[in-house]
Amino acid sequence: MRNGALFAEIDAANFEGFLKQLYVMLDCKYPKFFKMDTLSKLAFMGAELLLSEISENSSEHKRTALVFSNRSSSLETDRKHQEAISSHGEQYPSPAVFVYTLPNIGVGEVAIRHKLQTENAFFVFETFEPEFLQKYTVSLLNENKCDQVLCGWVEVDGNERHGFFYVVGRNGKWKHSAATIKNFFEHD
Amino acid sequence: MSSLQQELKESIIEALNLEEFTAADIDNDDALFGDGLGLDSIDALELIVLLDKDYGIKLTDPEESKAIFQSVNVLAAYIEANRTK
Repeated sequence: MRNGALFAEIDAANFEGFLKQLYVMLDCKYPKFFKMDTLSKLAFMGAELLLSEISENSSEHKRTALVFSNRSSSLETDRKHQEAISSHGEQYPSPAVFVYTLPNIGVGEVAIRHKLQTENAFFVFETFEPEFLQKYTVSLLNENKCDQVLCGWVEVDGNERHGFFYVVGRNGKWKHSAATIKNFFEHD
Repeated sequence: MSSLQQELKESIIEALNLEEFTAADIDNDDALFGDGLGLDSIDALELIVLLDKDYGIKLTDPEESKAIFQSVNVLAAYIEANRTK
């Protein structure tokens, strides 16, 4: 879904396949995507869907802050790395897996892709926190740290895969309140 | 040697998740880093792991790694001369 409308219907065997098909559909041309873990791929595709609507040369695009959050941090990749380092057989720890054992790496991937040298943060909450996110986002805008904020909830752990993204600007279509954010999140 | 080069290309593509490449896209003399395949420092670490895992070669000197990872041809020659498995 994008902006309340069905954006694409993808029939994939698993979530990785879904993200790959979306990557192909959006013609991203960014081979590093394939090296990312699932959490970073989700963050990356969410940013592609929303930031591609805003001209790359505009000040809004260049001055986009990133505020992401989730519940499980990078736990899925952490487990993968732990399995490798605790096995005594032929399994070797992978440097490419290890570099994704922090949740904010996905934010970094988005910043690199869109050449953003702006504020960014990644929060780990027990549950989605619209009140906190609303206040934090407003403070970034009020302190003129940015012209817009891309917010994202990127949850990846076990069977749970959930991406929810929105952009907050100074002249948005909807009132930026915790209630609005919560409403969109719950109806996502 | 040519089968080792083919094997290396396939291993590199798999280990480094180069999904947009096939073995046929990689010339034996293509630069692996920089303008060639565009590999980065994490890829270099993965290649070091690959040499240890598949060929029993342990690299500890970064300067040596730089020379060995020039191309598939150079890498294959090094493996032939130093492999323990």
